[in-house]
Amino acid sequence: MQIAAKSASVATAVPVPESTAEIVPFRAPVRPAVERAMGIARHVLSVVLPPIIVLSITLLVWQLLCSEPGAHLPPPTKVVSDAWDFIADPFYDNGGIDKGAFWQISQSLGRVAIGFSLAAVAGIALGVLVGQSTWAMRGLDPIFQVLRTVPPLAWLPLSLAGFRHADPSALFVIFITSIWPIIINTSVGVRNIPQDYRNVAAVIRLSWWEVFYKITLPATVPYIFTGLRIGVGLSWLAIVAAEMLIGGVGIGFFIWDAWNSSRISDIIVALVYIGIVGFLLDKLIATVGHFVSHGVSAQ
Amino acid sequence: MTTQPYLKFEQIGMSFRRGQMATEVLRDVNLRIERGEFVSMIGHSGCGKSTLLNILGGLLKSTNGEVFLEGKVVDEPGPDRAIVFQNHSLLPWLTVYGNIAIAVDKVFGGSRGKGKTKAERHDWVMHNLELVQMAQAKDKRPHEVSGGMKQRVGIARALAMQPKVLLMDEPFGALDALTRAHLQDSVMEIHARLGNTVLMITHDVDEAVLLSDRVVMMTNGPAATIGEILPIKLARPRRRLELATDAEYARCRAAVLEFLYARHRVPARAA
Repeated sequence: MQIAAKSASVATAVPVPESTAEIVPFRAPVRPAVERAMGIARHVLSVVLPPIIVLSITLLVWQLLCSEPGAHLPPPTKVVSDAWDFIADPFYDNGGIDKGAFWQISQSLGRVAIGFSLAAVAGIALGVLVGQSTWAMRGLDPIFQVLRTVPPLAWLPLSLAGFRHADPSALFVIFITSIWPIIINTSVGVRNIPQDYRNVAAVIRLSWWEVFYKITLPATVPYIFTGLRIGVGLSWLAIVAAEMLIGGVGIGFFIWDAWNSSRISDIIVALVYIGIVGFLLDKLIATVGHFVSHGVSAQ
Repeated sequence: MTTQPYLKFEQIGMSFRRGQMATEVLRDVNLRIERGEFVSMIGHSGCGKSTLLNILGGLLKSTNGEVFLEGKVVDEPGPDRAIVFQNHSLLPWLTVYGNIAIAVDKVFGGSRGKGKTKAERHDWVMHNLELVQMAQAKDKRPHEVSGGMKQRVGIARALAMQPKVLLMDEPFGALDALTRAHLQDSVMEIHARLGNTVLMITHDVDEAVLLSDRVVMMTNGPAATIGEILPIKLARPRRRLELATDAEYARCRAAVLEFLYARHRVPARAA
């Protein structure tokens, strides 16, 4: 074709060849219910199976390593039999600090709830302030960056000296540990609000307060929840450490108490509980954040 | 002094200063726009069209000169100069309805002059959604509708404020050609029905000629100004199919093209 066109330099029309395609009726694939159920089951297995396998192998190795007579740590079977009282009845209450796992954990969670809520309110407010003002940002950001690296327990002596009581000191440690990521993430969120949104607010003449709760807060929600999620994890770390020192009912002091009376199995069970609760706290904040920031994160 | 024009740009100049460097973007821009006029502003990138629109919108303060709307100096943003932004600027956490309601509630809420009751405000939101044929999607969120539909909502939000002048900053620039044509028809129809005063910025020669009563052509920056103003004397309603073979349309189109590409071509870098 190309050569012909070149030599003759006259375009020649070529008839379109007869269509040879035939029309095949389209049939939607029908999958029987059994096959669909199998598909779902396979999906569930692929998600659930790997952790179960890894967990089993870990427990098995642990059992083998710690079963010899001279082992320092109890094997899983001994942990379960030693700590059976503590595992089986989380609701017992023998007075004093001798309480079940539920009471220990809920006491700790209560402290986290108070300290973390205070941190959330103060952190979001400070974050918005810092994010909106370049000068506040320049002045405060270096201080935040330094203070946020101070470990929770390093605050405890200072707060005991200031508050003179164990409980407010524990709350303060939670507060001061979890507030930094909330401030920092909120301020980054506020600075990243698109200029378009500010223009819209200016054109319809929203007041300062309306801009705050109709534009700034919703636009910053995904960032705030990132901060809250990191914050809640840190506050759970801090409470366990703080309770070890201040005593009383709480999962942190429970571990310390168990160590002092050589109940190693109880410590191991408490560790598992702490891990699970921390995981659930993280998932809780993530879920709330997912619902609250629905529209924004879908951008 | 003759009769006061509806909207007047008087000796507008604008310089942006960064450290010791000052860039003059606009110089001595003078323009009068009458009530109900549809004016387009066209020019190459960087000629300060958007800057001029933002000065009228009150989002920027000009370094020289003043803008007068009905004899009053413009010095802050406000709903009487509603803006349709190029990238629609809808708030993603609100529904289509909510995006218009936030403006309507603010502009017509309360007991001030333009106060409307809650039911009246609801009706007004729905009325404006119907105007841009988006009533059926009122409960969707911006990310659930197409680009063209988002821009329809942006237009409805601006119209709902009953602005004295409607500002459109390349409203169809981000849309594909078919959607753009569709929206241009909608805008023409709405303009015919409501008789708004409109100032539109565009890059598109056909769009400018099709929609406008006058096309304002900007020279290239820095220190850009109005080079020429072309009145488009085509009868309304205009239909794009008929205009394709219309001699006057072709003449206007050629005049704009000639201005942009022969007399005020962007220096070599743009090619």
